[in-house]
Amino acid sequence: MPTLEKPLTQHLRTDGTPLDLDAYEQAGGYQGLRKALQMSPAEVTETVKRAGLRGRGGAGFPTGVKWSLVPMGAGAPHPKYLVANADEMEPGAFKDRRLLEGNPHQLIEGMIIAAYAIEADVAYIFLRWAYRQAQEALSRAIAEATERGYLGREILGSGHGLKMILHVSAGRYICGEETALLNALEGKRANPRAKPPYPQTVGLWGKPTVVNNVETLCNIPHILKNGADWFKGLSRTKDGGTKLYGASGKVKRPGLWELPMGTPAREILEEHAGGMRDGLRFRAAIPGGASTEFITDAQLDVPMDFDALRTVGSRLGTGTMIILDDQTCPVGLLWNLEQFFAQESCGWCTPCWSGLSWVEQVLGAMERGEGEEKDLEILREQTKFMAPGNTFCALAPGAMEPLASGLNYFCDDFKRHIDEKRCPWRMNGDTLR
Amino acid sequence: MLSPEEKKEIEAEFTHYPTKQAVCIDAMKVVQKHRGWVSDEALRDVAALLDMAPDELDGIATFYNRIYRRPVGRHVILLCDSVSCWIMGYERIRGALMERLGIRLGQTTADHRFTFLPNVCLGACDRAPVMMVNEDLHLDLKTEKIEKILEEYS
Repeated sequence: MPTLEKPLTQHLRTDGTPLDLDAYEQAGGYQGLRKALQMSPAEVTETVKRAGLRGRGGAGFPTGVKWSLVPMGAGAPHPKYLVANADEMEPGAFKDRRLLEGNPHQLIEGMIIAAYAIEADVAYIFLRWAYRQAQEALSRAIAEATERGYLGREILGSGHGLKMILHVSAGRYICGEETALLNALEGKRANPRAKPPYPQTVGLWGKPTVVNNVETLCNIPHILKNGADWFKGLSRTKDGGTKLYGASGKVKRPGLWELPMGTPAREILEEHAGGMRDGLRFRAAIPGGASTEFITDAQLDVPMDFDALRTVGSRLGTGTMIILDDQTCPVGLLWNLEQFFAQESCGWCTPCWSGLSWVEQVLGAMERGEGEEKDLEILREQTKFMAPGNTFCALAPGAMEPLASGLNYFCDDFKRHIDEKRCPWRMNGDTLR
Repeated sequence: MLSPEEKKEIEAEFTHYPTKQAVCIDAMKVVQKHRGWVSDEALRDVAALLDMAPDELDGIATFYNRIYRRPVGRHVILLCDSVSCWIMGYERIRGALMERLGIRLGQTTADHRFTFLPNVCLGACDRAPVMMVNEDLHLDLKTEKIEKILEEYS
């Protein structure tokens, strides 16, 4: 069994105020950076690879492997860029906010180490506009780090320099997609780019660029400070480290917890979230933000990690669960999700902008009691038309994940909507838009 | 005409990016901070400063959710309509706000005090339902709290 260390969150203050530089250093901060600077960039990348850190933004790509794809050495193009993806706009996901607000130096240290590993010259933090408290904390922390020589032309006399800039987005979910994020940073509409070429070789302004999630980067100082084996030992599975898990919905204690990677959903739900509110029963959960497939009671004992959830037809995603109870309408919930995806489609490819609008309208009609038998087949068809590979990026396939699994698990609920020509959950004059 | 202060704030961003166009979103946010929204005239002025075509800049302005191309009230209410807030009673909160303000989503009160807008996830799902008024996040909303919250904004 792993130890119960919580490297990412152990120093977060209960009142939410951020650690300033002195407090961060007293807690062992910037020791990982000092250690990294004694190593070569390739050794830093190798350490992260051996630690088994997989990206915490949802896709789970091995972080060290991502870094190793960047051209290195004297012949490499410059400037090279590192970007922290702090957009976090997926409904149900709220994990990075806590790290950004509570311990901004942890992210900054992780970014300096990552930038050293890929020999980046400039680093951007791409922050979602709604995180005002994080914006203040990060601005202050960047100034403190620059003042003390952790940022700037010459980091702690290493010969390596890094300029760090906080970019506050103007709001659009697609900005979380890494190539769309690059377009947004360049001052364009945030349409995704075709891959290949991948950003590691052709990214911001055509130069090599790595985009990493906030939680991913926050792990880096601890891996460097304590070693790859220590990091692997934190986990219950082969994916190294801890994970920020969360729960929202009608549970007794909604919240966010740092736990060993691979903690089962049932343990998170019952021990940490306190179980369902009195009078409610668990029906299903979307395990990792709005774009993951439902899991039911039968899958709650599966470890919440990247591979195990795949085996039961879902995804870890962000690890922040949305809980559906037995008194909330699953069709209404799916309508809400698909309205979000339809609205936030960038419109770049036809299956997404046209298909998602259609799906949203069909679900809306069903919820209003205007559904027809053929609608179920239309919805099933759309999940195939917008499957991975049929659209330009992952937004529409992500939108289809909860829908496809919902059509499977809640088939009787859909049929009741059609047969009874009403939403069975809206018996008390509840509002419908 | 951009004010000297607006121009200075926009030009301060030039050091952060290798191209002028990359500053355009920040530039529009500067204008919005000073004027509340981005008018056609302001958009043309920003485009000229950044060597961009006004239509190109408008295409970018209208893409992003938080650039306002129409006037807004003194206080902007952003009600989260995403899944966790929906589960936790978004519709009741929306109804209470519409009744109290006498307007629908997307509208501004006649006295220009409030603009009421829907908003995708505000990233506080464990404290749902939530809304932002200007820079302030209001958590664990209940219909009976609405009146008191609105009183804070004159």
